[in-house]
Amino acid sequence: MRTGFQSRRAPFLLSVYAFLVYAFLYFPIIVLVVYSFNGSGVGGFPPAHWTIDWYRQLFMDAALWDAVLNSVMVAAVAVAIALGLGLPAALALDRTDFPGKALFRRLVLLPLILPGIITGLSLLMLFVAVGMKLSLVTITLGHGTALISVATTEIFAGLQKLERAQEEASLDLGANHWRTFWRVTLPNLRVSLIAAGLLIFTLSLDEIAVSFFLLGRANTLPLEIWSRLRRGITPEINAISTLILVFSIGMILLWYRLRTRLQHTDESAAPLVPAAIEGESA
Amino acid sequence: MYSRAYKTAVTIPPLLWVTVFLLVPYAILFCYSFWSVSSAQTILHNWNLQNYLQLARNPIYAQVLFRSMRIAASVTVLALLLGYPLAYYLSFHAAKRKDLLYQLVIIPLWASYLVRGYAWKTILGSDGVLNGFLQYLHITHRPVEFFLYSPFAVIITLTHIYTPFTLLPIYASLEHIPRNLVEASHDLGASPWSTFRRVILPLSLPGVLAGATFAFVLSLGDFLAPLLVGGPSGIMISNVVVSLFGAAYNWPLGAAISF
Repeated sequence: MRTGFQSRRAPFLLSVYAFLVYAFLYFPIIVLVVYSFNGSGVGGFPPAHWTIDWYRQLFMDAALWDAVLNSVMVAAVAVAIALGLGLPAALALDRTDFPGKALFRRLVLLPLILPGIITGLSLLMLFVAVGMKLSLVTITLGHGTALISVATTEIFAGLQKLERAQEEASLDLGANHWRTFWRVTLPNLRVSLIAAGLLIFTLSLDEIAVSFFLLGRANTLPLEIWSRLRRGITPEINAISTLILVFSIGMILLWYRLRTRLQHTDESAAPLVPAAIEGESA
Repeated sequence: MYSRAYKTAVTIPPLLWVTVFLLVPYAILFCYSFWSVSSAQTILHNWNLQNYLQLARNPIYAQVLFRSMRIAASVTVLALLLGYPLAYYLSFHAAKRKDLLYQLVIIPLWASYLVRGYAWKTILGSDGVLNGFLQYLHITHRPVEFFLYSPFAVIITLTHIYTPFTLLPIYASLEHIPRNLVEASHDLGASPWSTFRRVILPLSLPGVLAGATFAFVLSLGDFLAPLLVGGPSGIMISNVVVSLFGAAYNWPLGAAISF
């Protein structure tokens, strides 16, 4: 297939331009990591006095680790909520027809497209209206709700790749729907579910716009960093950012691996975003 | 082929949840925009259009909204200028390295928002990396202040954050272009440039539109980057909303702006 136009060598200028765009995308990240080892502060050039002191300081910072623990708890429950509701939502979108289905699809995917501020504020209004105190619980509900969108698109993509014949065989052989679901559908969706879970976990750990409005007394990690940023910046923040970065990249690569393993064809391009658009225009 | 019970089981729980936690909240926010706040700082549930009128009359809001639109539009244009050629390169010229290069775009997309915003803060600051570099080369002798805390800083940061977002739908639409169309254009004697202009570009417009919408909507609604790197002259409309909900306690007015 890849003949003619495809196999032509890239025009020189285009290659250079592509390289520059990558440089732009990665430059801040590299600077951040480099300066986390810089003994003389976050700025200045060239960096001097290589040190791991900032990391040492980081590991003794109790407040920061409390925030990490909070974030992990929030993310874990958010994953449970998002998967618990995203799975039936994806099944509903894939296999049923009901009045208002298009509206339902839009609503589920809305947090993916709307700025976090709108979702955050709306939920704040709800919690105030029912008199619920802001705490980690409200943040968890917020994350869980916003991330159902991600769970639904991921699982829906997995469902589309499923061999429907297997389920039909199971039904023909006398298993009921419930049994078929547990013994055939769910095991087949395992990779999708794990991949979606990883992605949701990572996104929840990093989430700040929705949490910003639902914050009670206990901080999540991004909000703890946020409040420190307002007091002034130290390379300790570079150090924690570097760790977050390494963690997110690891999780995302793992997610990507799982996802490509799931898809035999190479149309995995742009998984979430077009799904959201298709959801919108459908 | 699915029983009624099955359909109910998969439909009702998510439907209920999104109604309670998405539809109702959005509706409440919408209602707030028609309410008002009394001098004793309580919310009065008298329906009126005061908030919207105030928005229309007070030039400050129009000014901030205009500035936000301008920033969002600049971000959109820059993200397209950076994203489209890269997407084109990935789709048509990356050959064997396509998967690797594609993943390289995905990674910064999911790398923490806060981390990326913070990185720009350390680069653009008055004693930041860029100023340090310029002084090191003796191009400037005093720190250049306008890098940070300016609309310029907000635009750069948001462009950095939303370029991958813009690229993805463009890339997807380029990938969907049947390659034999491109080859046919070549065989019929079109130059690469006119193939691009007459075949590829028109077919990729839906992706461009989607990408542009993403960049525009998301950067218009962004309030963290302006807080982080924007300073007073980089305030965007969402920051006004945040302050109305926080210190100013004028929730109805804030809700009105949100819509």
